[in-house]
Amino acid sequence: MSILVNKDTKIIVQGLTGKTGTFHTEQALEYYGTKMVAGVHPKKGGETWGSVESAAQLPIFASVGEAREATGADASVIYVPPAGAGAAIIEAIDAEVPFIVCITEGIPVADMVKVKAKLDKSGSRLLGPNCPGILTPEECKIGIMPGSIFKKGSVGVVSRSGTLTYEAVFQTTNAGLGQTTAVGIGGDPVKGTEFIDVLEMFLADDETESIIMIGEIGGSAEEDAAQFLIDEAKKGRKKPTAGFIAGRTAPPGRTMGHAGAVISGGKGGAEDKTAAMEAAGIRVSPSPAKLGETLLEALKG
Amino acid sequence: MNIHEYQAKAVLKDFGAPVADGVAIFSADEAEAAAKQLPGPLWVVKTQIHAGGRGKGKFKELPADAKGGVRLAFSLDEVTAHAKDMLGNTLVTKQTGEAGKVVNRLYIEDGADIERELYLSILVDRTVGRPAFVVSTEGGMDIEAVAEETPEKIITLPIDPETGVTEADAARLCDALALDGAARQDGMTLFPILHKAFVEKDMSLLEVNPLIVMKDGRLRVLDAKVSFDGNAMFRHPDIMELRDITEEDAKEIEASKHDLAYVALDGDIGCMVNGAGLAMATMDIIKLYGAEPANFLDVGGGASKEKVTAAFKIITSDPNVKGILVNIFGGIMRCDVIAEGVVAAVKEVGLQVPLVVRLEGTNVELGKKIINESGLNVIAADDLDDAAQKIVKAVKG
Repeated sequence: MSILVNKDTKIIVQGLTGKTGTFHTEQALEYYGTKMVAGVHPKKGGETWGSVESAAQLPIFASVGEAREATGADASVIYVPPAGAGAAIIEAIDAEVPFIVCITEGIPVADMVKVKAKLDKSGSRLLGPNCPGILTPEECKIGIMPGSIFKKGSVGVVSRSGTLTYEAVFQTTNAGLGQTTAVGIGGDPVKGTEFIDVLEMFLADDETESIIMIGEIGGSAEEDAAQFLIDEAKKGRKKPTAGFIAGRTAPPGRTMGHAGAVISGGKGGAEDKTAAMEAAGIRVSPSPAKLGETLLEALKG
Repeated sequence: MNIHEYQAKAVLKDFGAPVADGVAIFSADEAEAAAKQLPGPLWVVKTQIHAGGRGKGKFKELPADAKGGVRLAFSLDEVTAHAKDMLGNTLVTKQTGEAGKVVNRLYIEDGADIERELYLSILVDRTVGRPAFVVSTEGGMDIEAVAEETPEKIITLPIDPETGVTEADAARLCDALALDGAARQDGMTLFPILHKAFVEKDMSLLEVNPLIVMKDGRLRVLDAKVSFDGNAMFRHPDIMELRDITEEDAKEIEASKHDLAYVALDGDIGCMVNGAGLAMATMDIIKLYGAEPANFLDVGGGASKEKVTAAFKIITSDPNVKGILVNIFGGIMRCDVIAEGVVAAVKEVGLQVPLVVRLEGTNVELGKKIINESGLNVIAADDLDDAAQKIVKAVKG
């Protein structure tokens, strides 16, 4: 099994006709034939998108609603530039797309506050924004993760950082473990899916035998996740887990690239997060280069 | 993006918030004329720098017993004397670091009779994804100290973005701050005003510390610290005009021109990385092996050769840099693009320090080939661990 996406997931692309959307749609189609079914562009409805790399063609619809109705898509991926990305997510929520993945980095926080209010009252799940997406090896790739480093296997990966997700995936592939699904939840302060949501799904998934969770400075999502794991362990739900927190050396008050990565008011530092995760039984690696090794140790018990 | 106190007050005044009258000056010659525009007999002369703790700050160039960066004046002569004392000198506060900040601007403000000092701020509460008021009756002091010692005196109230500040919300804030009479009336109008300013101007932080109750029972915004969401500045050209680049690091300004996420740090190993998380982790692993990073630098996902070249130049322009670590895990970022950028930059600016390059991911073989065939003196690394050890060894010997 996997979580959230598999070989049957049908995906529409908001922002397909741009350079980024085109490049990553090509990559997704090449990745075990991920089912990309349509694109959306308000002014190009009725046109067709053609792949440069293959013979693949996708119909373009003027709205997410039309695209969903015509294709029965169950997911949408958003590559729309920051100024319009908030509105694009809201359009997908209004069209009742069950799973929305927003890759766009740099969306104003105020726009995400509006999205979040809408999302909380809807049946949709949002992954991101400012995230690398999600990938289930040999089945489905939504977003920008490099497919070549994945291997079908037993580790569930969840991370706030894109490139650190790749580190974790690469190291678990090299360790011979492989992955069930890798989920990038994104580096923004206001977002859709949180660690807890993904951890719940990994705990419930039979094929996920172990977990890697990668956090970073800022906010308290790692502490919340640690408390969740402690509570679940009391109910007997527990899987070997390794972790890492980026930003041990980050100075307070400075935003480190990701809008959400900032230590403010003495809160959100790496030490507190590491301590909370260790208290929940997670083996926290001191080095981002030893995620695979640390997980192997955790698996030995 | 940060702005000065006097600018923040002007923004809030436009929304109808009660602030004192005041005049900003850039030289001591302007002090008397500025003060004459205000009624007196009490003036406050405040340094304008992008850092807190000004009142308790010390000037590097003045004797240790000299007054701090916020001073009272009881005559026009005293206003001018303070201006001469402070302008052009370096103020060190607990937020500026040891280097301090040179004072280029002062704000001369009408004095106020203070009855009580309160704390108020608005920021986005990330646990609920909404703007939230944070208030306390313990104003005028360091709110982090209040949070540490008496956390029960801090009250947080998230605001529903669909309704804004309701009557009930405003009343709760008045209760939390123990406001009555005229102050309560002022509060009922002030809280929605501040929230409106926060949302409409895409602020990331609005801090009023202190918000004061004056002897006449009215509320006034006595200090204001405002930061804006950099991602939303495309829709606020008026706010962009308030940017004071003398407050910013020259390398950070250059980086922002090329859309690079860069933060200057104190160490001696320059880093160029793709992805914010990996960039932080690279700093961490340098520290783990006993050295200190000179910077945080994320070249981003879709960097061009030109962007990589600009990033490399910024790193080499830092005189503290004794070695450079390039760490790329290509997803969207192709390793050959990074390699070409690095080679082009080295050819242009030269290479005076050891350079370790670790490439992984998309087009990695092509990237390695470009580096190997460039003839440059580059130390290749197999993985992140190897890369960190090699650069630390190269710098520390």
